[in-house]
Amino acid sequence: MTVVVLNGERRELPAEATVAMAVDLAGAPEGGRGVAVALDGEVVPHGEWATTEVRDGQQLEVLHAVQGGA
Amino acid sequence: MFEIAGRPLESRLILGTGGFRNLQVMAEAARESGAELATVAMRRVDPSARGSIIEVLEGAGVEVLPNTAGCFTAREAVTTARLAREALETDWVKLEVIGDDRTLLPDPAELLVAAEELVADGFTVLPYTNDDPILARRLEDAGCAAVMPLGSPIGSGMGINNPYNLRLIVEQARVPVILDAGVGTASDAALAMEAGCDAVLLASAISRAADPPAMARAMRKAVEAGYEAREAGRIPRRLYARASSPEQGVAELPSSP
Repeated sequence: MTVVVLNGERRELPAEATVAMAVDLAGAPEGGRGVAVALDGEVVPHGEWATTEVRDGQQLEVLHAVQGGA
Repeated sequence: MFEIAGRPLESRLILGTGGFRNLQVMAEAARESGAELATVAMRRVDPSARGSIIEVLEGAGVEVLPNTAGCFTAREAVTTARLAREALETDWVKLEVIGDDRTLLPDPAELLVAAEELVADGFTVLPYTNDDPILARRLEDAGCAAVMPLGSPIGSGMGINNPYNLRLIVEQARVPVILDAGVGTASDAALAMEAGCDAVLLASAISRAADPPAMARAMRKAVEAGYEAREAGRIPRRLYARASSPEQGVAELPSSP
């Protein structure tokens, strides 16, 4: 099991988890269109989600566009 | 028509999407505004949220301009811009680095650092800036594609607080000047255009109006009217009247009963 901080909450992922699994767990739409991920503050390009492993204690931010801006 | 970073834009009104009651009202207002660009913010994915703002804007024929709202440091803003580029496949960014929560005024030092980094990283940077001519010049020198001075604080509706500074910014700028923030009503937007701005970016004035689509229409006309008035060449201000009817040929009539 891998315990990460996903969008500010402690969440559990299977052992040998990947960024792609975290994106699903965060509730991102299928395929992750319009979604971006920062792993410990560094952007992980969409093409690397499936091959980038996440380790215990790492912090993930899974973001998308919302209404905003003056 | 004007250009930002070589890209032609018909509409001189750029829409911020913050503050609308829902996506449907936003889409109606976007259509009425005629805007071709609309800002969006980057936030955590919310599985309970309904509707995608990207799809709604696409449906309204409006392209997204991601912002870095909510960032207080250059580092946060640069990372947020990179995330937006990844999520939305655009290297355009409305750069915001805020100094405090109460005024939401930009932090000039962090803003300039972030602008330099993002330009170096290949972004087309549109910085939301203080109405400071020197900072505007520094941002332009850093390679920003436009400068976007505030008229007054975000959401305040106070209009243009320092027309003198705005005039200096417009006078010196070699990139488009976009008035960003502070517009309260149509006359503020017209004034910005008359003052020489290339475009106006606003959200709250439309999104928090009682009737957002109607206000969007008013803002479109105001921006067009202000621009056309500027191009038409206004008359100079005078201290005294200048008769507009001929002074010759006035009839001699009894002046008292």
